[in-house]
Amino acid sequence: MKRIVSTLALGAALGLGATAALAQAPSTTLRNIQNKGFVQCGVSQGLAGFSQPDSAGNWTGLDVDFCRALAAAIFNDPSKVRFSPLSAKDRFTALQSGEVDVLSRNSTWTIQRDTSLGLNFAGINYYDGQGFLVRKSLNVKSARELSGASVCVQTGTTTELNVADFFRTNNLKFEPVVFATADETIKAYDAGRCDVFTTDASGLYAERVKLAKPDDHMVLPEIISKEPLGPVVRHGDDQWFDIVKWTHFAMITAEELNISKANLDQMLQSTNPEIRRTLGAEGNFGEALGLSRDWVVRIVRHVGNYAEVFDRNVGPSTRLGISRGLNALWNKGGLQYAPPIR
Amino acid sequence: MAIMTDGTVPARGTSATKVAFFNDPKVRSLIFQGLALALLVFVIYSAVSNAVTNLSNQRIAAGFGFLDQTAGFGISQTPIAWSESMSYGRAFVIGLLNTLLVAVVGIFFATILGFIVGVSRLSPNWVISKIAYWYVEIIRNLPLLFQILFWYLAVLAAMPTPRNSYSLFGLFFANQRGITVPKPIFEAGSGAIGIALIVGIIAAFAVRSWARKRQAATGQQFPVVSTMIGLIFGLPILAYLASGMPVSFDYAQQGRFNLAGGMTLIPEFVALTLALVAYTAAFIGEIVRAGIQAVSHGQTEAGRSLGLAEGRILNLIVIPQALRVIIPPLTSQYLNLAKNSSLAVGIGYPDMVSVGGTILNQTGQAIEIIAMWMGCYLTISIVTSIFMNWYNARIALVER
Repeated sequence: MKRIVSTLALGAALGLGATAALAQAPSTTLRNIQNKGFVQCGVSQGLAGFSQPDSAGNWTGLDVDFCRALAAAIFNDPSKVRFSPLSAKDRFTALQSGEVDVLSRNSTWTIQRDTSLGLNFAGINYYDGQGFLVRKSLNVKSARELSGASVCVQTGTTTELNVADFFRTNNLKFEPVVFATADETIKAYDAGRCDVFTTDASGLYAERVKLAKPDDHMVLPEIISKEPLGPVVRHGDDQWFDIVKWTHFAMITAEELNISKANLDQMLQSTNPEIRRTLGAEGNFGEALGLSRDWVVRIVRHVGNYAEVFDRNVGPSTRLGISRGLNALWNKGGLQYAPPIR
Repeated sequence: MAIMTDGTVPARGTSATKVAFFNDPKVRSLIFQGLALALLVFVIYSAVSNAVTNLSNQRIAAGFGFLDQTAGFGISQTPIAWSESMSYGRAFVIGLLNTLLVAVVGIFFATILGFIVGVSRLSPNWVISKIAYWYVEIIRNLPLLFQILFWYLAVLAAMPTPRNSYSLFGLFFANQRGITVPKPIFEAGSGAIGIALIVGIIAAFAVRSWARKRQAATGQQFPVVSTMIGLIFGLPILAYLASGMPVSFDYAQQGRFNLAGGMTLIPEFVALTLALVAYTAAFIGEIVRAGIQAVSHGQTEAGRSLGLAEGRILNLIVIPQALRVIIPPLTSQYLNLAKNSSLAVGIGYPDMVSVGGTILNQTGQAIEIIAMWMGCYLTISIVTSIFMNWYNARIALVER
C-alpha cells in the first residue's frame, strides 16, 4: 500500500512540476532581470562595429552599447549584461522563447516581424539599406549589370528577400547561394563561389575587412532597400517595451541637448528646463518607467549619448569609417528623432 | 514480504481469495500501467496546451495557412520549376526533392564504393588491402561536417573561375560554379521515347525471368545480359529515330559572370554527395567485410570441390549468404546517410532543412516547420526501412 501511495505522490509531484516548468508567466521581464541581476541580450555572432567580441572577449559595438545602456539604466552598472550570440536564423526564436530579454542585433523592422512573429520593435538605432559587394576585376559599375550573377546571401534575413525582389523587378536572372551564418557567406564569396555578396550596407563595410584582399572589392552605388535596424522585445510586456524604447530615445535626446559623458556634471547644474527634466532634476519620469529618477544620467555616464556611441563604434575615425548620413539628428539633416521627455 | 508470496499464490490457486486486491499481480500491473499512461497523456496535454496558450498570448499565428503565401526568395537548385512568386509550400517541396536527390544518389554510389572497399580489404593483394584499411580507418574517424566543409572548399579551390572554365569539346564545362552539361530539350513527340524506355525495362526483366525458368527446366542457357542491354537502350533509340529525332540540346554559352544555359550540377551538391558517399562507404565497407567473413570457408571449398569457377562461387554461394548478414546493418547506414544529408545547411545546399529554415525564419512558424521536418525524415526513414526489410525477407534463408 505504501508503495502505491508513494508512487501516486511521485506522479502527482512530477505532473505539477511539469506544469510549473512548462507554463510561462506573462510579463514582468523587468522584475526577472532585477532578480537575476543582469540583462540577457541577444547579439550577432560577430559583426564589426555592431556586436563583436574583442581579443579579450569583451563585446563591443553599437548594438552592444545599447544593451549596456539598458544595464546602466536598470542597475547603474553597464557590465550587468550577458550576451547571447545568435545567428540570423535563430534570433527571433530565442527572443520568443524568453532565452534573451532583448534582441539588439542589427534586425530589420518589418510588419511581418512586428505582428505575426509576436515581437515589438522598440525604435531604430541605425538606418541602413541593402547594397552589393563585387570584385573590382569584374568591371561592374551598377547593380543593374548583374544579370546572370551568383549571389552569396545569408539565410533568414530581409536581404535574402530584397535581392530576389530586386532581380525580379529589373527582369534580371541570378543564382542565390544561401548560407546559415555571415561567416560562411563571406568565406564562400571570398573563395569565388559568388560574384556578388549582399547584405546591409553597414554589414558590407564590416565584412569587407574580413576578406583576404579587401582592396580588390568594391561596394556598388545602389542601395536597394530600406533597412531600419533596431532593438526588439517580445509581445506581452508593455513596461519592458517602454524601457527599451525610451532608453534609445534617451540617448538621442541626450545628443540633441548636447549632454555627453564629458559635460554631464555641468549639465546636472543646468537651469534649462528640458535638460533638468531629462536628467531627472524636474519631474519623475524614470520611476514611471519602473527605473530610477536619474536613469538618463546613468545611461550617459556609463555609455554616452547616441553620437558618442556611433562615433566610437562605426564613425569616421574607426576602421569602418561610416558617416552619420541618415543617422544624423533630425535637425542636422538625418532621421534620428526622439519624442520629448516630458 | 508481499512480493515474495505474490508469485507463488496464484500457482497454488486455492488461497487466491485471501490476497488483498493491491497484492494481486494482475491488478497491480493494471494500476501501474494505467498510472504510467495517465502521466504520459497528462505531460503531452500540458505541453500542447501550454504551447497553444503561450503562442496566443504572444499573438503568434499558428497553423499551416502560411504554406500558401508567396515565398519571395530564390533557390539555387530546383528539380521542379520555381520562381520567387510561388508559395512556401512549393519551396518546401523543392527542399524535400533536393534532400531525396542527394540521398538517392548518395546511397547508390556509397553502396558501390562500400562493396569495393569491403572486398578490397579482403584482397590477397597487400597494397590494395592496406589502402582499403587506411581509407576506412581515416574516413570513419573524422567528423562528417568537417568532411563536408573539406570537400566544399576543396571543390571550390581546385576549380577555375567561370571565365577560365575547364572545357571538353566546348560541350562540358567545369568551374567554381559547378559542372555544366548540355541540357536536353524534349519537344513534341518525345513522349514515345519515355514509353519505349519503360517498355524496354519491362521486356528485359520478362526475358530474364523466362530465361531462368527455361534454364531450370531444360538446362539450356540464354544470353540474358546482352539481350537486356539491347532492350533497355535499343528500344528508346529506335523510338527516337522513328519519331523524327524530337530532342535538341541547349548548349552552355559563356555569359558575363557565369555560363548561361545548359544544366549545372552546383558545387554544393557535388561536395555534399562526395562527402556523404566517402563517409558512408567506409562503414558499408566494414559491413561487407563482416558479411563475407561470416560465410564459412567450408562453403567456398564445397563449391570448389563441385568444380565451380571462382566467379560462380562468389556469385552463387558466398554473396547470397553474406547478404543475409549485410542487409540489416546496411539499412541503418542508408538511414544514416539520408539523415546526415541535413548537414547540407553548412555549405548552402538547398535541402529540406536549409529551405525549411529560411521559411521558418521568414514566417516564424517554428513549431509547424519542425513538425514538417520530423514528418518528412520519419517518412523517408520508414519507407527505406520497409523496403529494406522486404528485401531482407526476400533473400532470407528459405527453410524447407
